[in-house]
Amino acid sequence: MTALLSNAILASLLIFAMAMVLTLIRLLKGPSAQDRVLALDYLYIIAMLMMLVLGIRYASDTYFEAALLIALFGFVGSFALAKFLLRGEVIE
Amino acid sequence: MNSSVVLPFWVEILTAALLLASSLFVLTGALGILRMKEFFQRMHPPALASTLGAWCVALASIVYFSALKSEPVIHAWLIPILLSITVPVTTLLLARTGLFRKRMAGDDVPPEVSSGNGQGDSGGS
Repeated sequence: MTALLSNAILASLLIFAMAMVLTLIRLLKGPSAQDRVLALDYLYIIAMLMMLVLGIRYASDTYFEAALLIALFGFVGSFALAKFLLRGEVIE
Repeated sequence: MNSSVVLPFWVEILTAALLLASSLFVLTGALGILRMKEFFQRMHPPALASTLGAWCVALASIVYFSALKSEPVIHAWLIPILLSITVPVTTLLLARTGLFRKRMAGDDVPPEVSSGNGQGDSGGS
């Protein structure tokens, strides 16, 4: 891996972290509960993309499975939270 | 982690460009989430990360690992496929949640389509 690719990976990880911070501000100050759920869902997506980028950086396959798991848990968590806000209970 | 395999230069250029493009898309989405005013406007920017951002990272991963192992490695394809299945479900449910809660709070939102025939009208949801 040359310096170009490793520097690009570092830069993109840094930008992902900046995006996470911006989303975290919305998560903390969001006026309503659904804003916070939306921001949490976005945080899950960014974390999953960061896992894929780390997999490229360390040339390892293990990070892909972690990314898949984060995607699944993010879907289940956001679905349950939205369902709870909509109906007052998760499973009817 | 310096691997001993020397990759072609265009592979590194392509991977770096895709990763940077993806991170810029994600940053744009985060800025949109932070700066837009209404909740229903804020529902839109995450689509930028779950479509363009995820596709760019997956393509970068596919290109890089295929060049590294000198055979097609396309399992990163699963991530955008999974996202394209799950994200619409979450988005639809969140939009309905926002509409419901705004209606309960008495805000100015469109009225319900079903005209109050009791419990049986929620079949179309």
